[in-house]
Amino acid sequence: MAQKKEGKILGMERDTFRSLMGKYGVSIVMLVLIVVIGIMQPLFLKPSNLINVATQITINGMLAFGMCMAITTGGIDLTVGAQIALGGVMFGICTVKGGMPVVVGVLATVAVTTLFGFINGFLIAKFNMFPFVVTLSMQLVIRGVSLVISGGQGIQMGNDVGNIYYTNVFGMIPLPIIIYLVVFILMYLMFHWTKLGRYILAVGGNPNAALASGVSVFRIKIYAYAISGFLAGIASIILVAKTGNAKANIGEGYETDAVAACVIGGTSFAGGIATMPGVVIGTFIVGFIYNGINMVGIDGNYQSIIRGLVIILTVMMDMAINGKNRK
Amino acid sequence: MRNKDEYIFECEGIYKAFGGTQALADVELHVKKGEVIALLGENGAGKSTLMKAVIGLHQPDAGTMTFEGKPYSARGPVEAMHAGISMIHQELNPEPHLTIAESIFLKRESTKGIFLDKKAQNKRAQEILDRFGFKHPATTMMRNLTLAQMQMVEIIKAVSCDAKMIIMDEPTSSLDSEETDHLFATIRDLKSKGVSIIYISHRMDEIFEICDSVAVFRDGTYVGARSMDGVTRDELISMMVGRQVKNVFPKTECEIGDVVFKVEGLTGQGFEDISFEVRAGEILGLTGLVGSGRSETMRAIFGLDPLKSGEMWLNGEKITIKSPKDAIKKGVCMVNEDRKDFGLCLFRSLRENISLPNLPARQKGILINQNREKKECEEYAKLLTVKAASIEHNAYSLSGGNQQKVVIAKWIMAGPKLLILDEPTRGVDVGAKSEIHTLMCQFAAKGMAIIMISSELPEVMGMSDRILIYHEGKLNGEVSREEVLSGAATQETILAKEFGGK
Repeated sequence: MAQKKEGKILGMERDTFRSLMGKYGVSIVMLVLIVVIGIMQPLFLKPSNLINVATQITINGMLAFGMCMAITTGGIDLTVGAQIALGGVMFGICTVKGGMPVVVGVLATVAVTTLFGFINGFLIAKFNMFPFVVTLSMQLVIRGVSLVISGGQGIQMGNDVGNIYYTNVFGMIPLPIIIYLVVFILMYLMFHWTKLGRYILAVGGNPNAALASGVSVFRIKIYAYAISGFLAGIASIILVAKTGNAKANIGEGYETDAVAACVIGGTSFAGGIATMPGVVIGTFIVGFIYNGINMVGIDGNYQSIIRGLVIILTVMMDMAINGKNRK
Repeated sequence: MRNKDEYIFECEGIYKAFGGTQALADVELHVKKGEVIALLGENGAGKSTLMKAVIGLHQPDAGTMTFEGKPYSARGPVEAMHAGISMIHQELNPEPHLTIAESIFLKRESTKGIFLDKKAQNKRAQEILDRFGFKHPATTMMRNLTLAQMQMVEIIKAVSCDAKMIIMDEPTSSLDSEETDHLFATIRDLKSKGVSIIYISHRMDEIFEICDSVAVFRDGTYVGARSMDGVTRDELISMMVGRQVKNVFPKTECEIGDVVFKVEGLTGQGFEDISFEVRAGEILGLTGLVGSGRSETMRAIFGLDPLKSGEMWLNGEKITIKSPKDAIKKGVCMVNEDRKDFGLCLFRSLRENISLPNLPARQKGILINQNREKKECEEYAKLLTVKAASIEHNAYSLSGGNQQKVVIAKWIMAGPKLLILDEPTRGVDVGAKSEIHTLMCQFAAKGMAIIMISSELPEVMGMSDRILIYHEGKLNGEVSREEVLSGAATQETILAKEFGGK
């Protein structure tokens, strides 16, 4: 019997096609999304709208980078939504009630959220508890702390805080985009060019092998969650700068979008597989879906359904193409 | 004309490709009723792929299969089981939280209405177990069994499903010799009942002992089949590798220098009062039955398990090792027994796997010097003769032998003073095995001290300058290379010591 020939796709050998799709598949999804929304509503493609989207996604973008760290070590960080509330309230108390300079407020906020990230990591690494359970419980604690320290009251932020969101650099690029870009570059270098990044990938890929290769699994897990807390702190500052108001109930459900961005961007829930550019593209796809739904004029009530379905479809497509390269 | 009825299972013209790799090309296999047929071939020769195609874990791209004279195909192991074909995998996948009875009747539970009928199920399981002379009650949890016992349960399960053909993939790889004998008795019993067995193993002695015929594979093709009567070991090896392998152990004598590593009175979980020393250029062989404390001692030295007491010296300096990190820093490296669990991140590239313990020394400021990393990883992969298109490929895509070479490459790159190898050639094909042995000699010649644990006596005897024998957590004798070469120490005398004799 003759050997079955592998079919060609778009004139390429199947293998070449596979590896190309593996690398750029999600980018293609993003382009298709842009084109489709653009055809349905040309205003979507206006530079001002695109810049607007890019500014808005920076908040979820920060969370997604952090979430990616947690997922890559084989866990998850469900506290990021609550961390936004804690960070926002903390920032408000420092700058408004305490009258501190914005810079000091930023440092204090980030220090507190990083501390809570550290606690998450410590509980997970030290007692070998399930990250899902630890962070699910810790988000209650964190939101509770923000309720207590704010007394449940909203804090009206000053104009100097609003400047963080509404300042344009070079007269056209909003400051959050610059911050996002800087964080992306740092995260990229950390994740792909330093041993910390390699260790995070190894711990998630195979904790035993990592340990037997001299990696301190304990420390790496703590670092991963502390980074997630740190980035949630930055995200909280951008959010309250945007809304001008900090309250203990902000940031609810934000962890979902962060997880979605990671997963769309090729982060494996089994741990050990992720790329930073992937997370950025995942974040943009989530952002385009939000914005697109509004622009095209779909009833807002459908948003949630569409978001959920798009995530499932993207992941299914990714598995169909890359299933063999992943676990 | 061949008598067609004689054969229970036949397949012809089987093709299977994964991506660009042709795993099977025009492969055939003919299994007679009630025979034990060995599948022999280097790793990656296609044995496991073919077997997975038989039980429906892979769908062949082309080819025909017949079972009991009828065309056969399976979409999965359950369908294969219903047809009468069971496979016992190399890596057992038992459910530790189930009882033996639950495991045997998994997915075909006894029921009373919509409820499970545990009583009836336990009773039926007990009957089957008794028939096999299995000592544990059916309500024992799987996690309380030894590997050999779990394997036995798997076999019992297969037979209880009326399997007419059972595929065993490296069934003895984690058994000691007593357990192996027990397995062989079971195989003979099955054979007398007319069950056919396909037996995959790298261990030639076993194949000669238990099999009636052998089918040889090479690089995804079928080389041929022979009856075990009148076939010689060399003939089989040359069929497998397509070349004549003359010297089985390429041991080279090299100058043995000063003591590199010394331990005194090491005690921990599973071993006590272990003292020995190993010198530069020396290969120290450790042998003993599975669970006799060999691996446990080495894991504790490497910092994976805690030590209760005992002292260690490296190059005359007293050291303490609390974690593998400490060990690596001091120049003690260990290739673990289980490369999938403790050796590799399977879904990361070879480069990342090789450089993992070696990153601190290869940084430029805080960043990894990627050019240097890439260059060095390529060098070491080449030194270890890793067969891969590129070091950017996933470790997952390599055969067992090549994966093992990657693990060794990573430790050689770390430049160890003492290299501990735990079962370095388990599940590795003949060609790669010989290459690993050659490399061990080269490293020793450069002044490295090497400790090799192996359950295969010919390997220990062929490679070691000195052999330490473990029995129930303690050292029970030492054999020198001279004694091996002069014939004063034989497999029999060493084995006797493993069993506690003097």
